[in-house]
Amino acid sequence: MTQVFLGMPAGGQGNLFEQEPFPKAAHRELGNTQMRKNLRHATHSIRDKRLKVVGELPDWEALRNAGSTIKNNSMATLEERLLEFEKNFTARGGVVHWARDADEANKIVTDLVRGTGATEVVKVKSMATQEIGLNEHLESEGIDAFETDLAELIVQLGQDKPSHILVPAIHKNRTEVRDIFLKEMPVVDPNLTDEPAKLAEAARAHLRKKFLAAKVAISGANFALADTGTLGVVESEGNGRMCLTLPETLITVMGIEKVLPHWEDVEVFMQLLPRSSTGERMNPYTSLWTGVTEDDGPQNVHIVLLDNGRTRALADRFGRTALNCIRCSACMNVCPVYERTGGHAYGSTYPGPIGAILSPLLTGIEVEENGSLPYASSLCGACYEACPVKINIPEILVHLRGEDVDAKREKHKLPTQMDLLMKGGSWALGKGKNIGLLEKALPLGRLAAGKDKKIKKLPGIAAGWTKSRDIPAPPNKSFRDWWSDEKESK
Amino acid sequence: MRIALFATCIVDAMYPETAKSTVKILERLGHEVIFPKAQACCGQMHMNSGYMPEALPVVENHINAFDTEDYDVAVAPSGSCVASVKHQHPFLAERLGKPELKERAKAVGARTYELTQLLVDVLGITNAAEQLGSYFPETITYHPSCHGMRSLGLGDRQLDLLKTVGGITVNELPEADQCCGFGGTFSIKNADVSSAMLEDKVKNICSTGASACSGGDASCLMHIGGGLSRTGAKPKTLHLADILASTMEETVSL
Repeated sequence: MTQVFLGMPAGGQGNLFEQEPFPKAAHRELGNTQMRKNLRHATHSIRDKRLKVVGELPDWEALRNAGSTIKNNSMATLEERLLEFEKNFTARGGVVHWARDADEANKIVTDLVRGTGATEVVKVKSMATQEIGLNEHLESEGIDAFETDLAELIVQLGQDKPSHILVPAIHKNRTEVRDIFLKEMPVVDPNLTDEPAKLAEAARAHLRKKFLAAKVAISGANFALADTGTLGVVESEGNGRMCLTLPETLITVMGIEKVLPHWEDVEVFMQLLPRSSTGERMNPYTSLWTGVTEDDGPQNVHIVLLDNGRTRALADRFGRTALNCIRCSACMNVCPVYERTGGHAYGSTYPGPIGAILSPLLTGIEVEENGSLPYASSLCGACYEACPVKINIPEILVHLRGEDVDAKREKHKLPTQMDLLMKGGSWALGKGKNIGLLEKALPLGRLAAGKDKKIKKLPGIAAGWTKSRDIPAPPNKSFRDWWSDEKESK
Repeated sequence: MRIALFATCIVDAMYPETAKSTVKILERLGHEVIFPKAQACCGQMHMNSGYMPEALPVVENHINAFDTEDYDVAVAPSGSCVASVKHQHPFLAERLGKPELKERAKAVGARTYELTQLLVDVLGITNAAEQLGSYFPETITYHPSCHGMRSLGLGDRQLDLLKTVGGITVNELPEADQCCGFGGTFSIKNADVSSAMLEDKVKNICSTGASACSGGDASCLMHIGGGLSRTGAKPKTLHLADILASTMEETVSL
């Protein structure tokens, strides 16, 4: 059969970009000792909670396998699933919109809000709308978007950026939160303390007016069920429930990869998601809605199905399972790199291990500094171990490093030090006799060491190593030579 | 059994004693050890740095070296290099569109074992003092290297064996399952983050009061040892093969 190459689908736009090389961003963030303290405290406590509730389930591995299989099947039949969802959602009175990229999605949502005459919207926490920069876009069009999730509210009031997909203000401690509230809330008790209950109360008072006044709400979705046309949001605070039920118009923006084939699949994901994300057996609020219900809840219900690079990621056979991500954030909570650099170092809306693969998969490896993201990992594998849908993040990181090197190969006029090291290494390590030949020079390496038999300073790209580590003087004789001398000559 | 030693490039060139220890342990158990001379490296450095075409000759060399020799099982004193042979070699072959190489890689991977995997699962060693004569009268702590722990699923095999060495005291390492920050060229490309991870590992090792930190991977131990040495900390690093090979008569010194 003749195959027609149609070219790579378009890359994603919006807040998916690392603006400076990761090592540079990481260097800056590592210097923020308060952030590192906050993050260490927070990630370690979520880790412990997750391990505890995951350990309670005897069939956790079977659940992970089920989650992974359902997602793989869904991705393999994505087109049919989406069309099935569209048919069922429409039949129940919902309106489906298709958006190729961030610009199209922003425009669709803006037009829908305009159509209602509203100039204010309330928002349920949503990664898809962060990804496309919806709030900023609405603001530029004269529409105010109010985040109602507590952590998103903190970030929005502080004119900050989220640094975590589940706990966007994870980099702030409660004293910092109190200071933001005192400075930015229009009406606030000047004697507000940093007690969590008091902070929540202040946020509640601030938000309640918004919920009751809002005509339009904008949400994301944790899943869409193709066979019933149902959408679902999983949350903790009840702000989502308010937004999903009180306004007249509800607009949901959802990545196309969130569709699941069947209603029954919810069973698996409702066990995997809360345990993996907040370390709870069950989250406090789960809202499901299927189109419009007469005289109950929003009467104008829309969904914007967003591609923004997802088709591109799906076309990558070694990277496509990144689309199976259910945004639980377990991978970033266990990641030793994320724990030390925080989410801002990754530039994109998606930080941590999943961000290091998802961002370049959505945009293309060669765009901005996204090619530096797959190297932001020691490949320790903690992410893969924690992932509830078993995304082999380390393997995809390595695959994308290969994509990055291949993309840069064509651009480099002169080979980099790394190129030379790798080409030389390919020769040296490509034959037993080549490495054997080089090992004859090991005694020479001993000359580079001081009297204490330590090498303390290396040149070029290896200088980073010797900034904080010594290297022992090499031995006089390799094992290979010892074997020849001692074992083979006898 | 006829056992092929995969020394790994770092042990071959930098820590020959660890390979000799591996040979000693296996010979002590009455096995024949061979060293396929064509071997060089698993190619992990190249693959993990994204240099796939450059990794290919290294991986092919390993497969050629190990599927032409006559042996029962292959063994390496490294979780990381064994994980690479088992998982990364077939992946590279698949990625570069070489189905035949992939099958050969899988066959080599299937009979390649990390040292404690071989000792515990195949050779039935559960007590190092009794079955191997291991003796090491020091207080140590133990860092489980990531690839052994997670990619190979070694569990407590390494730690349990170390605990059964004669004369030894094993102090638990706080946050043991946290990566030391090595990650191959990660330690060069992201040297600052790597150093921050190492700093915590060094701190935790020092808190145990051990005179040595042991583990199953020479590369991680070189990284940890480099950090300990630079900060002037007292603990040394020593591969678990060297501890298992140590006996009352020939006790390894730190």
